Amino acid sequence: MTTAPAKAGWRFRQPSVIPGFGLTLGFSLAYLTLIILIPLSGLVWRSAALGWTDFWAIAVDRRTLNALKISFGTAFLAAVVNVVFGTLVAWVLVRYRFPGRRIVDAMVDLPFALPTAVAGIALTTLYAPNGWIGHLLMPLGIKVAYTPLGIVIALVFIGLPFVVRTVQPIMEELDKEVEEAAATLGASRFQIITRVLFPGLAPAIVTGFSLAFARGVGEYGSVIFIAGNLPFKSEIAPLLIVIRLEEYNYEAATAIAAIMLALSFLMLLVVNLVQTWSRKRYG
Amino acid sequence: MADPEIKSYEPHHESQSAAVTESRPVKAVLMAIALAFLAVFLLLPLIVVFHEALAKGIGAYMEALSGPDTRSAIRLTLLVAAISVPLNVVFGISAAWAIAKFEFKGKAFLTTLIDLPFSVSPVISGLVYVLLFGAQGLLGAWLKAHGIVILFAVPGIVLATIFVTFPFVARELIPLMQEQGNGDEEAALSLGASGWQAFWYVTLPNVKWGLLYGVLLCNARAMGEFGAVSVVSGHIRGLTNTMPLHVEILYNEYNAVGAFAVASLLAGLALVTLVLKTLLEMRYGAELAATRGH
Repeated sequence: MTTAPAKAGWRFRQPSVIPGFGLTLGFSLAYLTLIILIPLSGLVWRSAALGWTDFWAIAVDRRTLNALKISFGTAFLAAVVNVVFGTLVAWVLVRYRFPGRRIVDAMVDLPFALPTAVAGIALTTLYAPNGWIGHLLMPLGIKVAYTPLGIVIALVFIGLPFVVRTVQPIMEELDKEVEEAAATLGASRFQIITRVLFPGLAPAIVTGFSLAFARGVGEYGSVIFIAGNLPFKSEIAPLLIVIRLEEYNYEAATAIAAIMLALSFLMLLVVNLVQTWSRKRYG
Repeated sequence: MADPEIKSYEPHHESQSAAVTESRPVKAVLMAIALAFLAVFLLLPLIVVFHEALAKGIGAYMEALSGPDTRSAIRLTLLVAAISVPLNVVFGISAAWAIAKFEFKGKAFLTTLIDLPFSVSPVISGLVYVLLFGAQGLLGAWLKAHGIVILFAVPGIVLATIFVTFPFVARELIPLMQEQGNGDEEAALSLGASGWQAFWYVTLPNVKWGLLYGVLLCNARAMGEFGAVSVVSGHIRGLTNTMPLHVEILYNEYNAVGAFAVASLLAGLALVTLVLKTLLEMRYGAELAATRGH
C-alpha cells in the first residue's frame, strides 16, 4: 500500500486533498454510537450487572436451554437445506438458459423484500393441515405447521437468498477454460464438478451458510406464526425473550439476549476461521 | 435471454461441450428440481397472500382495508419510514464519504461495526431500547421525570426501525464509492469547486443508482420490520400499530381476510421493490456491479 512519509511516524489518516473528513467521520461515529453502540453496550452492562450466579441460573434454565437448542438446531438444518438447494438454484441461474430466467432470478430476492410477518402467515396458511401443501402432507403423516419442522420451513424461506446471492457471483466468475482443460485431460463431468468447480465455490458456500444460519438463529417474525410456540418443543429463543419481557422479567430477557449474541459472535468467528482455512486449502 | 454463442457451437463440438456442461437429461432434472423448489418456497407463499386476501371477494377486501385501525397502521408505517429512511441515507452518505474517500486507522473495524445490526436478532434490536428507555431502564427514571415518552410510542418505533435498517445505504455506497476512487472529486477541486460542489455535482451523480438501490432496500425493510418494532411498540391499536403488527393482531383474531388484505399491501410493496431493483440492475448493472448481492 501507500507508504507514509518516514518523518511522519504514526498518523491517524493519510493526507488527502478531499475535504470533509472530520465532518463525515464525526457525524458517522456520533450516529453509530447513539443508535447502535450505546444501546448494545446497555445490554452488555445490564447482563454484567446481573452477577454470575443469576446469569448462570437463567442460562441453564431448562426452558432457556431448550429454546436455544431449537433456535440453533432449526437454523442449522435450514442452512443445510439452503446450501444444497441454494447452490443448485445459483447453478441453474448461472449456467442454464431458459425462458423467464430473469424473473426467476429476481424472485430469489423475495424473502429480502417480503416482510417477515407476511411470510409467516402465508407459510402457516400453506402448511396448516387444511392448507394447500399441508393437506397433501397430512395423509403421509407429516405435520409441518405448529411443529419444529414448520420453523425449519420458515427459516429455509428466510435464508435462501443469502446462499444464492453469495454463491452466484462467484459462479459467474468461474473460468470455463479450466473446466475445458480438465475435460481435455480426461476428467469426467462429475470429477470436474467435485475436484475443479467445488473447491473454488467452497468459501462462498461457507459464507452463504453462515449468513443464512446467523439470520435464522435470530429470526422472529416469520417463525412465531408457524411454530406453534410450545415451550420445550417449538419455542425459539427470540420468542422466549419477548415472553420474559412481557412478564417484566428484564433480567431473564437480558441474559438470554446476551447468550444469543455471544453464541452468534462465536459462530461468526468459527466461520471466519473455517473460511481462512478453506481459502488456504483450496485457494 | 438466449445465448447465441452456445447455440451455434453446441452441434459442432458435441463431445467437448458435453464434457463442460451436464448431459441434457441431467440438465432437465436439475432445472426441474430448482424451479420446483422455488415455486414451492417462494411463489406459493406469495400467491396464497393474494388468494386469502380476496377469498371473500373484492368487496370484503376493500372493506378490510378501509377500517380506521388499518388506516392508522398504514399512516404510521409511512411516517416511520419517512423519518428513518432519510436519516439512514444521511448517515450512509456520510459514512461512505469518510470510509471510501480517506485512508485512516481503524477503517476496517468501523466497516464491521456498521454491519453489526445485521447480525443481531430483531428482537434484541428492540430489547436494547427497552433496557435503555423502559421504566426499569437506564434512562427510564430521568425520562419519566422530564415527561419524555419514547417507548411504546412513535419515537421508540422509529429508533428500532433505524437500528435494523442502519447498514443498508452505507453498505451499498461504500464499495461503489471505493471502486470509483477520488479522481473525479480531485479534478473538480483542482478546478476550483468547493467541497460541497464536488459532492453535489460530481459524487452524487456518480453514485445515484447505488444510492437509490440502497434506499429501496432500506425502505422495504423499514416498512416491513416486525420483531424489533413489536418489542418497542406496545401494540396500541390506532396509535402504535404499524402494518406488520396490525397483520399479526388481525391474524390472531382469526380475521384472515383482514390480515391478508393488509399483508397483500406489504406483499405489493415487496413486488414493487423487486421490480425496481431488477430494473436498476438491468440498466445500471455495470455501475452497481460492485455492490450486487448484498
